[in-house]
Amino acid sequence: MRHTLSALLVNQPGVLAKVTTLFSGRGFNIESLSVAETLDPSISRMTIVTRGNSQVIEQVTKQLNKLVDVIKVVDLFDTDYVDREMILIKVTTEASSRAEILRIADIFRGKIVDVTPKSYTIEVTGDEGKIRAIITLLKPLGIKEVVRTGRVAISRGGKGICL
Amino acid sequence: MKKTGGQILLESLRLEGVDTIFGFPGGAVIDIYDALVGIPIRHILVRHEQAAVHAADGYARSSGKVGVCLVTSGPGATNTVTGIATAYMDSIPVVVFTGQVPTELIGNDAFQEADIIGITRPCTKHSYLVKDVKELAKTVKEAFYIAGTGRPGPVLVDLPKDVLADSTDFKYPENIEIKTYHPTYRGHRGQIKKAIKEILKAKQPIIYAGGGVISSDASHELTAFARALSIPVTTTLMGLGCFPGVDELSLGMLGMHGTYRANMAVTNCDTLIAVGARFDDRVTGKIDEFAPHAKTIHIDIDPTSISKNIRVDIPIVGDARDVLKKLNNLIKDEKVDWRGLHGEWLDQIAEWKSTYPLAYKQEDIIKPQYVVEKIYEITKGDVIISTEVGQNQMWTAQYYQFTQPRTFLTSGGLGTMGYGFPAAIGAQIAFPNKTVIDIAGDGSIQMNIQELATVAQYNLPVKIAILNNNFLGMVRQWQELFYKKVYSSTMLQMSPDFIKLAEAYGAVGLRATKPEEVIPTIEKALSIPRAVIMEFVVEQEEDVYPMVPAGAPLSEMLLV
Repeated sequence: MRHTLSALLVNQPGVLAKVTTLFSGRGFNIESLSVAETLDPSISRMTIVTRGNSQVIEQVTKQLNKLVDVIKVVDLFDTDYVDREMILIKVTTEASSRAEILRIADIFRGKIVDVTPKSYTIEVTGDEGKIRAIITLLKPLGIKEVVRTGRVAISRGGKGICL
Repeated sequence: MKKTGGQILLESLRLEGVDTIFGFPGGAVIDIYDALVGIPIRHILVRHEQAAVHAADGYARSSGKVGVCLVTSGPGATNTVTGIATAYMDSIPVVVFTGQVPTELIGNDAFQEADIIGITRPCTKHSYLVKDVKELAKTVKEAFYIAGTGRPGPVLVDLPKDVLADSTDFKYPENIEIKTYHPTYRGHRGQIKKAIKEILKAKQPIIYAGGGVISSDASHELTAFARALSIPVTTTLMGLGCFPGVDELSLGMLGMHGTYRANMAVTNCDTLIAVGARFDDRVTGKIDEFAPHAKTIHIDIDPTSISKNIRVDIPIVGDARDVLKKLNNLIKDEKVDWRGLHGEWLDQIAEWKSTYPLAYKQEDIIKPQYVVEKIYEITKGDVIISTEVGQNQMWTAQYYQFTQPRTFLTSGGLGTMGYGFPAAIGAQIAFPNKTVIDIAGDGSIQMNIQELATVAQYNLPVKIAILNNNFLGMVRQWQELFYKKVYSSTMLQMSPDFIKLAEAYGAVGLRATKPEEVIPTIEKALSIPRAVIMEFVVEQEEDVYPMVPAGAPLSEMLLV
């Protein structure tokens, strides 16, 4: 099963290395990982997408919690949450395909963030299904390059993860 | 008044109650060694940095205090890795101070630079790179706190040379608050009550006790609990000594080389009470057939140990001593004839014990088991024993009856050959008036033999008993049993003359080649107030039994 874990960490050098060392050393898998500072600059927030049976996920969560620099870990699996990912897609264009590419970008509420006579770079934000769908549609038209942020997630409702 | 980083470090150690540092100097830590002169902290100069960590570890295991080690940057630091990993696997509180190149050179491949924080990340509980002398005192305080609390473990503090030379006002923090680190000491009352309900129903319960009982100083509580409820106790290698091995409720060690009765009792029990143990593969054998009929109660301070290898019915996260105290208090009110309730079960265990006791036959050539047994009988268990790793370790675990916690020092998790001798040095420093004996093999003793010089320099009366079978015995045993007797690279075709070697280092060497020489040799060694190597020329191809082949269920023991 795929689980999205949200973690608050002390924001200092080496902490990311601790987390990734833990995953590689114990054979846990990371499908995506994104991390950045929170409102409090001394704390950063990490979203990890990982896969495993319930016993593995329990171990991942416990092992993360055991790291001295980890403040809190929440498995979002059983909660209602919103997740998003952003993708930048560079598409090579020809005169015949430019209109079609723009139409597709529009359908996905994508933005053209860079344009040249031979390419468009499109920014799209959405959940995983949406990202997959736009890639499928643009592929035949000539994708040159994609960059994805990895998933970020937050629980629905008024409550947040607090310290 | 301003103090240098080196002075601040030593002053902090003094305030932390440190009386001994095991170390080896080098360029990056000269400032500390310079400041050490005249400070009331004893520095033990080892001959290899690996031994410094093992000695600090042996000091910690035997005394219960945090062990301290100080080495230089680069190779000094990398030489500590095996020692750190050993302490990590066995949850031993050690603080390792490593020198580092000056901060502005870090990352430049400077002379004697190693990214020791990166190298040791997977085998330390926590680590620090101190970048500012103002952070030093607080870091030392945190390092000791983290090493010694919760599930103990090694903490590394990396000290760049410029930080040690820099100076600032010194104030050692009195209190500490690490907002991300709060180990759970108190067991959950509801869970403990659930456990009691289960224990009340049990007809065939056993206690499976590990090193956690020793690190939380819970031997007294565990013994009281087991005796009050007439529940037999088996211990892991790390748990030996937490329950008196001579008690009628003692089953001895379980697992790959555990006793027949212990492994049969685990396989047939209906309730397994695990305390401070982690269901290691050497303990469980085939995991699906480990305690297959049992409800499992697991008490451990580390939540990651629970349900890691085996499904647990009633987890109790907490300090072993706290939880056992609560159990003892709550169970007092139950009016149960425990002896009667478990009578049939205890009879069954007694029967297993008499069917297949631990056994060997002493014939013309000295049997290693005989040596261990005689060491036990002569010392009456009132000494500190360390071991190396392999057959010597297993025979010691089987034939020496440990009755006190913190009297058995062995590398259980990592299985580090070369651990026993430096660990014995650490224990001897912690307990100058106690007899400390390293039971070794001819292979492993050579992995840290250079420490004979340390022993000579400080007049430490450490005793070494080498069971010399001319083989790397445990590997040879596996080759004999599972690799068609192809003894590839396990015969030690050349070992030094251990008697002359002892003498070369200013120690005493004694050799026994016949069974009747064993007792006089041990007695003589114990009467000499100096370091002694006893070499016992033993049966070359003696095996350790019982043995559960790797991956087999515990009930399938090879018995002879």
